[in-house]
Amino acid sequence: MKILTGNDLKTGAVTWWDGVQWSLHVEDAVDVGEHADTILAREQATRRVNAAYAIEAVKDEDGVRPAHIKDRIRALGPTVRPDLTLKPADPAAGNWVI
Amino acid sequence: MYKYDTYDQQQVNARVEEFRDQVRRRLEGHITEDQFKPLRLMNGLYLQLHAYMLRVAVPYGTLSGAQMRMLGHIADKYDRGYGHFTTRQNIQYNWIKLEDAPDILADLASVEMHAIQTSGNCIRNTTSDQYAGAVADEVVDPRPYAELIRQWSTFHPEFSFLPRKFKMAVIASDTDRAAMRLHDIGIRIVRNEAGELGAAFYVGGGMGRTPMIAPCIREWVPIDQMITYSEACLRVYNRYGRRDNKYKARIKILVHELGKDEYARQVEEEFAHLLTLSIEPPLAELERIKAQFADPPFESGLSDDLDRSDPDFALWIDANCLPHKRPGYIAATISLKPVGGIPGDASADQIRLMGDLAERYSFDECRVTHAQNVVLPHVRKADLFALWQQLDAAGLATANLDQIGDIIACPGLDYCSLANARSIPVAQKISQRLAGKARDIGELKLKISGCINACGHHHAGHIGILGVDKKGVENYQLLLGGCEGADTSLGQITGPGFDEDGIVDAVETATGVYLSNRQGTERFIDTYRRIGMAPFKEAIYG
Repeated sequence: MKILTGNDLKTGAVTWWDGVQWSLHVEDAVDVGEHADTILAREQATRRVNAAYAIEAVKDEDGVRPAHIKDRIRALGPTVRPDLTLKPADPAAGNWVI
Repeated sequence: MYKYDTYDQQQVNARVEEFRDQVRRRLEGHITEDQFKPLRLMNGLYLQLHAYMLRVAVPYGTLSGAQMRMLGHIADKYDRGYGHFTTRQNIQYNWIKLEDAPDILADLASVEMHAIQTSGNCIRNTTSDQYAGAVADEVVDPRPYAELIRQWSTFHPEFSFLPRKFKMAVIASDTDRAAMRLHDIGIRIVRNEAGELGAAFYVGGGMGRTPMIAPCIREWVPIDQMITYSEACLRVYNRYGRRDNKYKARIKILVHELGKDEYARQVEEEFAHLLTLSIEPPLAELERIKAQFADPPFESGLSDDLDRSDPDFALWIDANCLPHKRPGYIAATISLKPVGGIPGDASADQIRLMGDLAERYSFDECRVTHAQNVVLPHVRKADLFALWQQLDAAGLATANLDQIGDIIACPGLDYCSLANARSIPVAQKISQRLAGKARDIGELKLKISGCINACGHHHAGHIGILGVDKKGVENYQLLLGGCEGADTSLGQITGPGFDEDGIVDAVETATGVYLSNRQGTERFIDTYRRIGMAPFKEAIYG
């Protein structure tokens, strides 16, 4: 599947296109198929996202997982600071990245 | 320490307000990201993996206590409670909001700091010897000359859009503690037999994808022509540097392609021309700057005795302290490399404490090192135990300077959008694995980069590690034999790379080869140079 990611303009936070708006959670990301360029152009023009781009991902029973480790780290947070990730209470969350 | 004059302060204040307006226009949609990006980069604001990242300049690594405390305040108020000291004597914050950036710059300006020229194709922060003004082996304190370069290069209109970024270092000792020959321009202040000061120029060094050691293109430039000669070096580069290819745009490529002698000849031509224009700052300005780097009021008649009865304190003295030029004083390094920790990271509380301790024990002065540690340059030996106790209580008394646990590491793929592999977890694992052997191994400089840009200085590590992306999987190349300093050399790749656990095993194996072959007081690098790569390769690859 192809999903969209970028950063919030004001805060810089990593966001994912959920079909309606930009979510902080990669599990909300939807397959944009062939519409990536159209959505990116529209959303960046409205300043709802910054520096956005399309990436490959897979969806399984555990949810959406970006294909490349760089985007998995973006999705969760730094592997060396579990306390600063989106799942600070889950000590095994980093396993999803690797 | 240098104090801003009215002109310096006005420049920085004006830049804050200019950037505040630029941010407002970006947030309101009057300018696009393509238009805004070069403006934010000129103020040190990057967009990294998780958020905006702000890189704050620490000129030649020198900070007052109040400045250090401000860095802690920013970590708390605007970031997530910590900062990351970098491999070029700066500090970075990883979780900055764009809307906060102007207020951060205003807070920095209130203590004579800024983030100007910490990014972009301009002359970056000039680095220097972290022990400047404290050690006996320097011919003069190099920082006034670094400050003169800062003033000359800040907002220099001709050098705001160079072919690529440009890094300078200034030292004044035979012992190079600033990796001077791995800079675009390295300057070594020297004194001739007549007692006059001059500058030796090394041009065209650097790391990155094409590492090169800077050759000396002129052994003596009169000190009152140092800026003019620097301008000549930059002009030739600005004119002929490769703007058509980002990967060939650094000055090292120009010097290499022209040849050192031809580049030097062209610089001489430009230098002769510039001398007729009298662009050198007046000597009175240099004297004004030098007066602000005068020695602090050292006491006389102090004892050199130290009570070493606490074994942990004694270990720390031996590992982290350096003799001072004045009796009764010592230079103490605060390691930001606890076993298993993140190299260069410090919490807001730790940063504030270091500011307090600098004020209390080191004439209100501290230094950031390119090895991502902090130095208190002028500590009375009589105060050293009290200082150490406070550092120890704050987790800042790791005794490992220049040992295998004192690892230089870039932020890597955990934070950096350019990285191909994570650096920090590898550093943490090596630090933990070899903590028990570190003292026996002795001096061993290990440096890790998460990509070919080499922010972790892997080319200059006795052991270097380069993280690469191998079909979407992190892979680590091992290098041996790099060295910075007077005997600068570049590391050589041992062979095929390793996964994360494999590279830790390979490093341990390399240290084992060293310990088995060490003669006398040889350091790792000495043994490597004597026995060569073959025994290491045989042990690592079998």
